[in-house]
Amino acid sequence: MATLIIAEHDNSILKPATLNTVAAAVAIGGDVALLVAGEGCQAVADQAAKVAGVSKVLLADNAAYGHQLAENVAPLVAELAKTAGFEYVLAPATTTGKNLLPRVAALLDVGQLSDIVAVESADTFKRPIYAGNAIATVKSLDAIKVITVRGTAFDPVAAEGGSATIEAVTAVHDAALSRFVGEEVAKSDRPELTAARVIISGGRGMGNGENFALLEKVADKLGAAVGASRAAVDAGFVPNDMQVGQTGKIVAPELYIAVGISGAIQHLAGMKDSKVIVAINKDEEAPIFQVADYGLVADLFEAVPELEASL
Amino acid sequence: MKVLVTVKRVLDYNVKVRVKADRSDVDLANVKMSLNPFCEIAVEEAVRLREAGVATEVIVVSIGPKAVQEQIRTALALGADRGIHIETENSPESLSVAKLLAKIVADEQPGLVILGKQAIDSDNNQTGQMLAALTGLSQGTFASEVKIEGDEALVTREVDGGLQTLGLKLPAIVTTDLRLNEPRYASLPNIMKAKKKPMEVKTPADLGVELRAHIELLSVEPPAERKGGIKVSSVAELVEKLKNEAKVI
Repeated sequence: MATLIIAEHDNSILKPATLNTVAAAVAIGGDVALLVAGEGCQAVADQAAKVAGVSKVLLADNAAYGHQLAENVAPLVAELAKTAGFEYVLAPATTTGKNLLPRVAALLDVGQLSDIVAVESADTFKRPIYAGNAIATVKSLDAIKVITVRGTAFDPVAAEGGSATIEAVTAVHDAALSRFVGEEVAKSDRPELTAARVIISGGRGMGNGENFALLEKVADKLGAAVGASRAAVDAGFVPNDMQVGQTGKIVAPELYIAVGISGAIQHLAGMKDSKVIVAINKDEEAPIFQVADYGLVADLFEAVPELEASL
Repeated sequence: MKVLVTVKRVLDYNVKVRVKADRSDVDLANVKMSLNPFCEIAVEEAVRLREAGVATEVIVVSIGPKAVQEQIRTALALGADRGIHIETENSPESLSVAKLLAKIVADEQPGLVILGKQAIDSDNNQTGQMLAALTGLSQGTFASEVKIEGDEALVTREVDGGLQTLGLKLPAIVTTDLRLNEPRYASLPNIMKAKKKPMEVKTPADLGVELRAHIELLSVEPPAERKGGIKVSSVAELVEKLKNEAKVI
């Protein structure tokens, strides 16, 4: 039994999500190989070789894989899975993994299990459906199992301590269907919503977009990301890339502070796996208090500045 | 060029899903069903491309039991020109949907196919990518902006850490993210007009596709309940609890 994991990286650093995915592969059992596909990414392969539990690193270093375009990387992965006899192909459930893996699955004519949160047995896994409002136990009926792994559900393996061999992969697939034009990396010093350890979100109770500055001040002190409920987005307070919820981003930080958010199902679905939830709301009947570990019934315009001052 | 849009009928996003007592699946009896929110964005984008003179025709496809025609009609009311309903007993899995759609793409030869990035029931986020693989076309997933320039689609994608722009050779497959646009509402006259727009009904057999199960659903259970928390009386107490009890700050 062997697993091929698509390493997440930016051609210089191995991203931590890869370590959580290795943990899922270790739970399945068997040999674990990491594929590092990119351009000028030897440094990533060196880091990958040190990851605990990894026995082999496959390095496909070519201009065609530079921006990890799915059109070029998917045929490479599908070919490796078939010719090298991998029974499992895993990737972190990040935008890169989600973009690539279904294309691989279709090329292999197999189904895909998205966002697994638990390994039940070699072919059976648990995954959330309906934005986490139900947990499905699903069995893969295919010979090659293609799976994306939800990082927050598996504790990462150690980044050091392994001693895998590095093998070069020379196969080049250039579909010439797409090209990288440019990128705009978020300049904010604040972490990204989906990766943040702490998130502070505002809802309709914020009143307007300017008032989100109150949350930003708290966020800066806590190193937190700022989110919003759909109600706040629909009211035009903030752009919808800040939206946490079933139709926005699904987050599971260590601390989630919901400010002026009533706690509609749509919102809860996106944040209820957070480790600690704090709710600040003046309506003590608000449903958010049913999921909050710590609830404060107070006017947010007084409580939030006070919170900022006491941090 | 023709634009093909796909829509899925799903449980309305405002409805709290309930797991059946026998844990076989979720209970969809007598609950409100709607157009998947990401599909709504896909329809809106296609209609805007037509209004901008880029698209000449917008075709909307849905797969499932007869009831999905309701969602096709909604898309027609929003501005799509004609509908295709592929009738199946239940809602097939992603790979099967992609195989059926690949046949429609081969028949209709659209210049662009727009899908939602994921359906809010199965949360798979697979169909668009699978369709791109099966048709051998380029893919622009999680799109927050789509521009057609000559024989290329410039697609800005929402990726972890920011935005990425790709140039995709047309025809291309695009999946929508939330930021792409704000869907319009269907007006009453348009809802009436939509009833007269053409809708073709096909079966997987008509398309020559044999569907096979790749994934078996063994059981569905409700998620672990969060245990009830406490109310604190002041900000000072809250900060104290977060520091010393929860140890998260």
